Amino acid sequence: MNTIFVIEQLLNGIGYGFMLFMLAAGLTLVFGIMDTMNLAHGSLYMAGAYVAAKVHAGSGFFVGGVLIAVAITVLIAFLLEMVIVRRLYQRDHLAQVLATFGIILIADDLVHALWGPSPIMAPTPAALTGPVQVLDGLPYPSYRLLMIGTGLVVAIGLYLLVNRTRLGMLVRAGASNRRMAEFMGVRVARVFSFVFALGAALAALAGALMGPISAVQIGMGESILIPALVVIVIGGIGSIRGAFVASLLVGMIDTAGRAFLPPLLRAVLPPTLAADLGPALAGIAMYLLMATVLSLKPAGLFPARS
Amino acid sequence: MFSLKHAALCAGLAFASTAALAAAPVKVGIALDISGPFAASGAEARDGFNLAIEKLGGKLGGVPAEFLQTDFAGNPEQANQLVSRFIQSDKIDFFTGPIASNAALAVAPRLFAAKVPFLSSNPGPSQLAGKQCNAFFFGQYQNDTYDEAAGVVANAAGYQRMMLVAPNYPAGRDHIGGFKRTYTGQVLDEIYTKVGQIDYAAELALIRSSKPQAVFAFLPGAMGINFVKQYVAAGLSDIPLVAPGFTADEDVMHAVGDAMLGVKNTGHWAHDLDNPANRDFVAAFRDKYDGRYPSVYAAMAYDVVMAMDAAVREVKGDVANREAVVAALQKADYGSVRGAFRYGANHFPIQNYYERVVAKDAQGRMTNTLVGTVLKEHQDAYVGECKM
Repeated sequence: MNTIFVIEQLLNGIGYGFMLFMLAAGLTLVFGIMDTMNLAHGSLYMAGAYVAAKVHAGSGFFVGGVLIAVAITVLIAFLLEMVIVRRLYQRDHLAQVLATFGIILIADDLVHALWGPSPIMAPTPAALTGPVQVLDGLPYPSYRLLMIGTGLVVAIGLYLLVNRTRLGMLVRAGASNRRMAEFMGVRVARVFSFVFALGAALAALAGALMGPISAVQIGMGESILIPALVVIVIGGIGSIRGAFVASLLVGMIDTAGRAFLPPLLRAVLPPTLAADLGPALAGIAMYLLMATVLSLKPAGLFPARS
Repeated sequence: MFSLKHAALCAGLAFASTAALAAAPVKVGIALDISGPFAASGAEARDGFNLAIEKLGGKLGGVPAEFLQTDFAGNPEQANQLVSRFIQSDKIDFFTGPIASNAALAVAPRLFAAKVPFLSSNPGPSQLAGKQCNAFFFGQYQNDTYDEAAGVVANAAGYQRMMLVAPNYPAGRDHIGGFKRTYTGQVLDEIYTKVGQIDYAAELALIRSSKPQAVFAFLPGAMGINFVKQYVAAGLSDIPLVAPGFTADEDVMHAVGDAMLGVKNTGHWAHDLDNPANRDFVAAFRDKYDGRYPSVYAAMAYDVVMAMDAAVREVKGDVANREAVVAALQKADYGSVRGAFRYGANHFPIQNYYERVVAKDAQGRMTNTLVGTVLKEHQDAYVGECKM
């Protein structure tokens, strides 16, 4: 356990955190502004991953695959919004959860029908299969560096969009107090559609980037939805800044749990027992963080609602 | 009151029922891993099963047979439900199929109670070789033996300090235990990952900081694909990998690519083993499946069906007499693709184990090539615990 190890795990945690951020940003905006719990966000992530993997495997173009995946997912999101989600804005949260959960089930079956039940392999782009010498003694996978880089660019882009543009101002106004924004003449419906599409694009981007290092399979959206929900609860509903900070925190705590806990446990327990306990305890770490934050700040770290 | 009409009716019914009995097909329940953590290996097994079924024309021992192939998603609870259905409503005569030892251990008690022979098409858990051994189980190999051979290979290559990696389930523990049984160097650490784990960044960082001379990794199917890809991406390819065949088989190596070349691995079968049954099998497989080489999962699946065929022929189709079927299976009177072998007292085979290396064949296609025999007529370490 030396400095190289710690730095490597830090980079891993940041990479995972950025991916979570991309997923959580869309989720928190939709929940914050439209007050709509959209569980199908995970299915959009899955759609992005599948399309990108298939296009990349078929054509050999990684960036093209990612862009096509984002475009198709945004299209799907527009359709979803028009057909189903628009009717849910006025309904209570239970109805929204039920309806979007139904969308998850339909999406899973659709993917099953299109691409079969087995997981598919998303190849890493050929140019990025090797390591980059980040530090002396630390060759770090170049693909993960791409993920970190993309996450940073997206975070800066979102910051500029939300804080420096007129559109961003409308989004923040809607998140802060929807009724008042409507009374002030904000075209709320258009803002809603834009926010939904932006969230879908980010989810698809996260899915396309995560594909090569995770399993592209039915149900992948649900397994990352839980950490994303934890992130938006910790960060504060409706706040991009909150989602950013919270996702980095969750990413690092989760990675630290998986990295540092098993060796610690192996020092005192037999290896198989340590291997059982380690991931279980590491999984709890994220929820412990959430519980701690909520006990100190019940509305999250940076609540957007006034 | 006796009457000719009644007598004719009874005679007619008796003949009809005998005809029905004679026509009852042999039923084989095959629980496949089509989805779930072992899907890649399960697809290989399915191809092996289908090749054998096609070769035998859908018959076993000349008797028509029904093969009930169902996906159980690698989930032991689902496997249990499937096996219950197989036993109670389909009334199977043979069972095979699961890739993983946890599923095998889950369904075995039910099958043994129903006296259905369970021919393993892969799992060889130590429990079924030792304390829980049963006449109705026939193993292809015992999990530890692959790694006992790998330990010998590691010793011969002079690796003094190694890290061991395996998933945390019965087979994973067996494999690491088997390796430690023959490996004479220092084990720096035993890392147990989660079954179906995709992201190995944390474990790879630990390997990097421990600086071993070599790494032993048992990670079958998709786990192996992800581990080896990330291993290479993290710049660790200077540290050689030694593996039981499962980490380096056809399903893994093609997904990983050229980075896999040179990985030493061990197994009880290789596609270039020189015996007539194997030559036939490999040629037929490559012919049916676009020229790709079979993996060990396909070979074992094919072999299982051939073993059933020989057993049904031996008992002349009377599969209801389960004790006779078990005796016939034990004789193993057929040409196995792995060559000559015999069963030990615990119904696990005594056979050779070979060293293979991932290399390109004459046509430039990547596959495992035979290097040599590591262990001759090797028996598993648990036969002493078996009370059969």
